[in-house]
Amino acid sequence: MASLWEYANPRKFIATSDLVLPWVGGLALVCLVVGLVWGFFFTPEDYRQGASVKIIYLHVPAALMAINAWLMMLVASLVWIVRRHHVSALAARAAAPVGAVMTLIALVTGALWGQPIWGTWWVWDPRLTSFLILLLFYLGYIALWAAIENDDTAADLTSVLCLVGSVFALLSRYAVLFWNQGLHQGASLSLDKEENVADVFYLPLLVCIAGFVLLFVALVLLRTQTEIRARRMRVLLARERMG
Amino acid sequence: MRAVLIRDLRLAMRAGGGFGLGLAFFLIVVVLVPFAVGPRADLHQVIAPGILWLGALLACLLSLDRVFALDHEDGSLDLLATAPLPMEALVSLKALAHWLTTGLPLVLAAPFLAVLLNLPIDGYAPLLISLALGTPALSVIGTFGAALTVGVKRGGLLLSLLVLPLYVPTLIFGAEAARRGAEGLGYAMPLAMLAGITCGTIALLPFASAAVVRVNLR
Repeated sequence: MASLWEYANPRKFIATSDLVLPWVGGLALVCLVVGLVWGFFFTPEDYRQGASVKIIYLHVPAALMAINAWLMMLVASLVWIVRRHHVSALAARAAAPVGAVMTLIALVTGALWGQPIWGTWWVWDPRLTSFLILLLFYLGYIALWAAIENDDTAADLTSVLCLVGSVFALLSRYAVLFWNQGLHQGASLSLDKEENVADVFYLPLLVCIAGFVLLFVALVLLRTQTEIRARRMRVLLARERMG
Repeated sequence: MRAVLIRDLRLAMRAGGGFGLGLAFFLIVVVLVPFAVGPRADLHQVIAPGILWLGALLACLLSLDRVFALDHEDGSLDLLATAPLPMEALVSLKALAHWLTTGLPLVLAAPFLAVLLNLPIDGYAPLLISLALGTPALSVIGTFGAALTVGVKRGGLLLSLLVLPLYVPTLIFGAEAARRGAEGLGYAMPLAMLAGITCGTIALLPFASAAVVRVNLR
């Protein structure tokens, strides 16, 4: 009987992801190229923001993935704690640097956009601040993985850190909301609101978001494969040394 | 339980236990701030609550690596783990001992250091209350961080990287209560949030800390 947990078998995981990876990666490339070219060259300039509005095609998808990557790590950590599947722990580990880079992209593109529009590179706005805190959480998580030698211990400790960190990240999010009023505009995309970004910007933005999601999936699959193979190699080397 | 607590307190008080180190650090931070920002008394008045909170937080952080490390090195942590005391109780006691030897002295010292920074007279009560309510949370969260890094050699820097982001909500509400008090505004709201964070961490975080210590002792 087919079950989702079959893919927790490293061999099955590698075989399946080998099949999927070129498609996901290729599709990510297509989406990103189409979306970014469409967005950068074939959309009108905003009547107030001029050409700088176009950074939205990098900023919004990166910010979206920064949060979702943490969410994925949370789920993977829970799976590791509950079912002890090694692939799950390795996937969480693989996602962390990707998520950290996404956070960094969102922060940097936001700063680049904020300089001409808000007149400042940085303000202590709730959204900006929460993203900075999120980046710190990513860094702590990655550092803990790197610091502990035993793989299972590291997986356990980072999983607990991820769970506790999620609670505190949420707490911080609402704490900074209380602490300072924002300069950042509200959500530009939401399913339950009348007013969203105008349609001309909306479609290429969706393509870009799809591209970023696929890119994230492809990178995580690839990095998880690498982790599995690296661990295998370590075992083989150890066995060889034992004679 | 009492034996463990008294043992921890004794170890902290005796020579080499680092008792008072946190206090000295707190004093030095507060003394250094005027050198860094210039001798303007009005400026000191404005930043005093924040500096005092930040100083207390950093002083707390300084002594965290002692919570489990020494016991782990000489093996007494393994003995404590096999004792008929739940691990959750043990980590809670460790946090309590840390608070009694670090947090409480910091709270008591804060009003005197506030004089150095010209804190307005209205600001003393909220500063004291917010620190008294907030430092237990700092100790409990810090104990979790210390438990994570027990097995890491020279884990001090890693410990700060892990713990400081977790300190953000506590710092925000604590410093906000102290600041509003110093400016003569109402400060009940942030104080209530701070108390909520402290109660929540005391109630829930020992489970995470205990799980982490168990993993590290495996």
